[in-house]
Amino acid sequence: MTRARYLGWLVAAAIALILVCGMAVTIGPAAVSLAQVAGSIGAHLGLATEPVPLLIDSIVWQLRLPRVLTAALVGVGLALSGAVMQSVTRNPLADPYLLGLSSGASVGAVCAVILGIGFVLPAAAFTGALLALVATLSIAKVGGTITPVRAVLAGLAIAQLAGALTSFIIFWAAKGDSYREILNWLLGSVAGATWTSVAIAVTAVTVVGTGILVSATRLDAFAFGDTSAASLGINVNRTRWALLGAVALLTGSMVAVSGSIGFVGLILPHLVRGISGPGHRRLLPLVAVCGALFLVIADTLARTVFDPRELPVGIITAFIGVPVFILLIKRKKSHLWA
Amino acid sequence: MGVDLDRLSFAIDGAPILRDVSASLPTGTVTGLLGPNGAGKSTLLRLIAGIDTADAGSVTLDGVTIGSLSRRDAARRIALLEQNAAPSVELTVLEVVLLGRIPHRTKLMGSFSGHEDHAVAFDALAAVGAGALVDRSWHTLSGGQQQRVQIARAMAQQPSLLLLDEPTNHLDVSAQLSLLGQVRDLGVTAIMALHDLNLASAYCDHILLLDGGMLVASGTPAEVLTPEVIGNVYGVECFILKHPRGGHPVIVYSAAS
Repeated sequence: MTRARYLGWLVAAAIALILVCGMAVTIGPAAVSLAQVAGSIGAHLGLATEPVPLLIDSIVWQLRLPRVLTAALVGVGLALSGAVMQSVTRNPLADPYLLGLSSGASVGAVCAVILGIGFVLPAAAFTGALLALVATLSIAKVGGTITPVRAVLAGLAIAQLAGALTSFIIFWAAKGDSYREILNWLLGSVAGATWTSVAIAVTAVTVVGTGILVSATRLDAFAFGDTSAASLGINVNRTRWALLGAVALLTGSMVAVSGSIGFVGLILPHLVRGISGPGHRRLLPLVAVCGALFLVIADTLARTVFDPRELPVGIITAFIGVPVFILLIKRKKSHLWA
Repeated sequence: MGVDLDRLSFAIDGAPILRDVSASLPTGTVTGLLGPNGAGKSTLLRLIAGIDTADAGSVTLDGVTIGSLSRRDAARRIALLEQNAAPSVELTVLEVVLLGRIPHRTKLMGSFSGHEDHAVAFDALAAVGAGALVDRSWHTLSGGQQQRVQIARAMAQQPSLLLLDEPTNHLDVSAQLSLLGQVRDLGVTAIMALHDLNLASAYCDHILLLDGGMLVASGTPAEVLTPEVIGNVYGVECFILKHPRGGHPVIVYSAAS
């Protein structure tokens, strides 16, 4: 694909994202127009815009906008995490959810909630994600190599263990109403998103995301494996662990604000590679925008399809993600996954 | 000038893989690295490339000690083609060759630059006669074409030393001959691990023969490839003929009796 065509895709996706975010804020039990959305945002940014009724303003500014922005940022974080993990582990099945990172982050986060130290929740989720990552890769490593199949199996084991630990902690310590809240969160949801969630997500995505974008060339070097990467001037171990650590940090932050949402990190990189090609300088920006787009749409579906009841968005991403994943397995190119 | 190996030794978990390997290879020469399976050929190539660090001894390229260089600086001087490498994603030929430009990009902003690298990539493909393949998908190429593209990738690194680990593996006869001819025509100092003694004899200026991690013979093909040496190292009987055109030794094995 030419540079111009790629930029066309990127700009189109970015415009679509802005439109979809705007639309998503208008959708819900209370009718809000796009103009009112713009007016409310404008007023809060100190722009001279048409005044908006107070109730509408608080629906937009306090409820829907933080939620939509959190969904978009979490989509960016998960899609970038998946793309990086697939490259540095040379494993097309790598994804923060599948390799147990999300489950590990959940254990850390639930511990923080139960112990009543919610303010360290992001740090606890990060620690959980990092421990799960180290455990998965250590189990998968036999004789110095990690095969995709072993990594997935190890991730499965760690995810099961982390799931059991989480259930145990909840069973032991959670009371009354907190069950439903915790369940919502384990299945992945941005329903409770606030401006604090947005702040956490935007910080993680900006800091870690920039680091990942700057590493695009180094990620390319892993295409033919470790020896080839080393012969292209990459410090293989240092680079791999730095990038995986960054992914753990990103995943931990995402889990802290949204719980563990699956399939975004797994399928988005595969779908986007079909457009951008495998080079990370093109893949990463486009996968970030598309991840945001995907999760905002999924979350909007989650809160409207069974209105007035609301589904955790993780259920929607699974309902969409699994069929897409099956198509990916069935297509011709999956010979690469052997 | 050229490559100097000075008493290189390397062990893995206490088991010696290479012991006291020393050699001096002038600039522009093609050296064949021979020896039975497990002799230490691939390990020696990794040490020369600076990917693994020798327990003792040093590698010097044009007066610069490789061990003192950063990984990136080493990659600007030395390119290594490993055996049977395959990518984990769908790549086009151009994308593969452009990988060779990675060590030449700046560290921080390298991800946002390098569009001038295309010219280098096209030159490298032309140099190995693979210019027509530029838009093909890697997975649709024949084994010989893949190796050519890998060599183009290595040449895009603009190295002063090219290392090849069994480049003719799995290639048919005509692909083997044309590939090695291509390596010679590049004019770059090259060291290649080979299994086929006759190919080494035909295409190399110099032979290093390893056995059990030791350098047992070093010299021109005619000096190294004698019935005695081959018998000692490989345990096979053979006759040495003279190639009717090139004059280099041709090894004819006598069938085991």
